[in-house]
Amino acid sequence: MRSIVAGITLVVLAVALLFAAVSIPFGNPAMSDMDDYFIAHGQEQTSANNIVTSIVFDYRAFDTLGEACVLFTAVFGVSVLFRLRKKEEDYEYE
Amino acid sequence: MSDCMSKIIRTTADIMFMFIVVFGFYIVLHGHLTPGGGFQGGAVIATGFILLIVAHKLDDFLGWFKKKAFQNFEMSGLILFIGTALAAIPLGYLFFMNFLSGAGGLFGQVVPYGVNPGFLNTAGTIPIMNIAVGIEVLGGLSIIILYMTSGISNHEEGE
Repeated sequence: MRSIVAGITLVVLAVALLFAAVSIPFGNPAMSDMDDYFIAHGQEQTSANNIVTSIVFDYRAFDTLGEACVLFTAVFGVSVLFRLRKKEEDYEYE
Repeated sequence: MSDCMSKIIRTTADIMFMFIVVFGFYIVLHGHLTPGGGFQGGAVIATGFILLIVAHKLDDFLGWFKKKAFQNFEMSGLILFIGTALAAIPLGYLFFMNFLSGAGGLFGQVVPYGVNPGFLNTAGTIPIMNIAVGIEVLGGLSIIILYMTSGISNHEEGE
């Protein structure tokens, strides 16, 4: 009974999401002013051929700074987590 | 994690490691010309180190590369990134301004408008930030796997 309900819910959700995904027009965005600006001026303003890189590292570099901080926080969390387990077993003063 | 994989896997990992690292550095250095960039290239290089960790004993790997080296990689990458961003302020520009672009010096070649073959010496501070983020990601992802592996092997020895 439970699996039947779960299956029906899954099918209904999948159909709804697929319908929504198909009905989105592709290739003709409604607001393309920013895209046109970047494509027209990106090469002369940043002198980089790769528009994606010029956006990520120049126009929107604050976002990359946050991304780097997120990675640093992840490393920090992992190091704290796995250092605790080590010290539980043989704790000693260094 | 105390024992290593078979000899075939170890030899293949040793050979593939060099190519993976070279390919990763290619992606990092050509981030302003081809698809890719610092994050992707750093992830590729970290994959090479993780391949060595998986194939060999952890103690062997720690004999070749120290944990401290990866920590220093990550720290120096972040410091280089923020330092490049801050270096624009004493020169009279805004934070994160691309002050080297088109200036004629390091990475300062002016790129012709339109379709061109791509020149490595262009794009101002973007290649420097690519290298910084690449170094940071390579250190960060490798040190995550290193901490996890040493935590697991410590846990297994304790039981």
